[in-house]
Amino acid sequence: MLVSDYFIWGFALLVAAIIWRQTRTEIGKNRWVIISQKKSSIIAMVLLVFFMGITLLDSIHIHADSINQDFPSLLDLAFPKAAQITETSYSAPLATHSYQAEVMLTKDGSFQSSFPALKITHTQMPSLLILSLKGIAWGLLSFALLFCVSLLSRCAITRQWHLSYSDAWRFSALVTGILLIIGAIIYQIAKHYHVLGTDQVGQDILVQTIKSIRTGVIIGTLSTLSMLPLAVVFGLLAGYCRGWVDDVIQYLYTTLSAIPGVLLISAGILVMQSQLQHHPDWFHTLAERADIRLVGLCLILGLSSWANLCRLIRAETLKIKSLDYIAAAQLLKLPFWRILARHVLPNCLHLVLITIALDFSGLVLAEAVLSYVGVGVDPTTASWGNMINTARLEMAREPIVWWPLLAAMIVMFLLVLSANIFSDALRDALDPRMRSSNLANKEKAS
Amino acid sequence: MIRYWIRKLLSIIPIIIGVNLITFVLFFMVNTPNDMARHQLGEKHVTQEAIDVWKHEHGYDLPLLRNPKETGFKQYTNTLFVKQNLSLLRFDFGQSDQGRSIGQAIATRMWPSLALAIPSLLIGLAVNITLALCLTLFHHSWFDRFGTTICVSLMSISSLFYIIFGQYVFAKLLKWAPLSGYESGWQAWRFLLLPIAIAVLSGIGSGVRWYRSLFLEEISKDYVRTARAKGISDWRILSRHVLPNAFIPILTGIVVLIPMLFMGSLIMESFFGIPGLGSYTIDAIAQQDFAIVRSMVYLGTLTYIVGLLLTDFSYALADPRVRLAGGKD
Repeated sequence: MLVSDYFIWGFALLVAAIIWRQTRTEIGKNRWVIISQKKSSIIAMVLLVFFMGITLLDSIHIHADSINQDFPSLLDLAFPKAAQITETSYSAPLATHSYQAEVMLTKDGSFQSSFPALKITHTQMPSLLILSLKGIAWGLLSFALLFCVSLLSRCAITRQWHLSYSDAWRFSALVTGILLIIGAIIYQIAKHYHVLGTDQVGQDILVQTIKSIRTGVIIGTLSTLSMLPLAVVFGLLAGYCRGWVDDVIQYLYTTLSAIPGVLLISAGILVMQSQLQHHPDWFHTLAERADIRLVGLCLILGLSSWANLCRLIRAETLKIKSLDYIAAAQLLKLPFWRILARHVLPNCLHLVLITIALDFSGLVLAEAVLSYVGVGVDPTTASWGNMINTARLEMAREPIVWWPLLAAMIVMFLLVLSANIFSDALRDALDPRMRSSNLANKEKAS
Repeated sequence: MIRYWIRKLLSIIPIIIGVNLITFVLFFMVNTPNDMARHQLGEKHVTQEAIDVWKHEHGYDLPLLRNPKETGFKQYTNTLFVKQNLSLLRFDFGQSDQGRSIGQAIATRMWPSLALAIPSLLIGLAVNITLALCLTLFHHSWFDRFGTTICVSLMSISSLFYIIFGQYVFAKLLKWAPLSGYESGWQAWRFLLLPIAIAVLSGIGSGVRWYRSLFLEEISKDYVRTARAKGISDWRILSRHVLPNAFIPILTGIVVLIPMLFMGSLIMESFFGIPGLGSYTIDAIAQQDFAIVRSMVYLGTLTYIVGLLLTDFSYALADPRVRLAGGKD
């Protein structure tokens, strides 16, 4: 297991716990109903769960081979064939001709330099029809299994044995089923073919794109997660204590947010990079080193963005502090950390949830840009930024190599779009007032 | 009023000191001058003398925070921290690790950057606000719903995609604009047209949504209901009543955009080969040239702070509450 594996599993358990607590109260249930009113947000939610599932699968690394320094994850083991098919360069189905010119004998007997057609050896491969039928069967089977398990667990939790489905439940089941079937078909075909072709050195684009999901999700979640303790504690203290504590904390976050984020991140990453270069003995394997760099990137991203949440929590604490029940708690002589933790913090939690959801999409997009600038994740880590970065240069080829670029772009688009839609729904459900006023005035409030 | 401004100006000083402290810790304490020298001179086969000479040439050979060789007050002033920061305050950026003058490079590269950033900002603002007004005008109609859906989709596309796709289609296939490059003087517009258009387009998604929600909040207020009751047309209410009142949040939004401009210009300039500050920074990052990155952090912070001050200034002009409250704040 790598360091980031623990973090992402921890995050998943945390979110699951929060949702579990939310659905047990009446208000929480109502919020859930508001979120699931729109069909678009249900689709977004199912997609996000899908992406999260892939990330979690990709985050269980098995220490299989210490000699080759190989760290296969569960996902890698699921795609054994695709990794084994060795192509030397671009291959079928998206490239038809070799990009390497060869001298060939033409029909009229003269020699000519041209680009030979790829020899496609699909004759002994199973046909696409059989594979897709197999995929549909597996998809249906897994869907039925999942459906039964979730139904049983629902019955076990609510202890109501009659079956009643709401529209939202039915629709999300439909979406899940369709996604599972599509996924199973692609998986079955990918066992024998390169669904999205290969890149210049013959690596499967589909596998790369799917492996990149983990990097994107980790950056999107860990960055916010890593700054949560800082932002929450400082925000609560500044809002509750006022006085010099407030001044110092305000000064801290004004100073940090005065540095343009991308420059602060570049500076931080450059320094980290040179530290890693000077201490090669810190890590046993390249994978561990790349992983530490990923975690470091998340920490720096979080550090440069905590000011926003801190400001929001401070403003909310100021508001809550003037309420009667806080005065009552003070009269009861409760210690102040207890008031903060038990009475103020729970009323600020919606801000935390909204910030996690809102920042997620921006961070995923930022990862690609940072990789382009050269301060992103390690070049050996599979990420959309790295994919786009290498694919960008291949746009100049004739005929144009478009598939690596487009594959990365589309999957990234899907993830970011569903995150955007979901965070909108979440914001509406948790805090309708927050729609614009708080965000617009956040600068003024300071 | 004057006291208000003096206080505003004075409040900048601790921020600048704080930023310098952060960059100093990053660039000189975590990453010591020895590391920098070693990186520039090569990792292996480098003698201690060569490192000392390099440090002396770049003025890095003083102790960090306290100089034990000096006495009294000079113990603290004759140090790397004070020397480096004083030179930054004088806009004397020194020389890059490669040995070229940073100040000179910034002075020449500033203009292409501004020629790209300022039109992108202004045109983007105009386009976003107009579109947002249109959406607000047709609130609760299929047009509004369609528009917001488009906005969310546009928002979810990576800015890299806009640049790569735009450059490929409009410069390479249609040949409407040159692929990349730059020319000084008025001829530059040919090279700037496509980058500016792409910058505006990539900002539409989030921009329109942002201004739309501002306007929506504004039209839910009482004065709009009054105006509507008086029978004033919707368009007139929006343009004459809502827009001026939404001015203050719009101004705030512009300051938030300034750091975004940095990010945007960084990639835009390097894609289109515009010799501005953004491509300068990218090259410096690629070469791990700490002196340049440090100067750019300082310059970027100054831009942000000046933007913040300008916003306060325009608040005072636009908002009677601030104007009349004056020194009381």
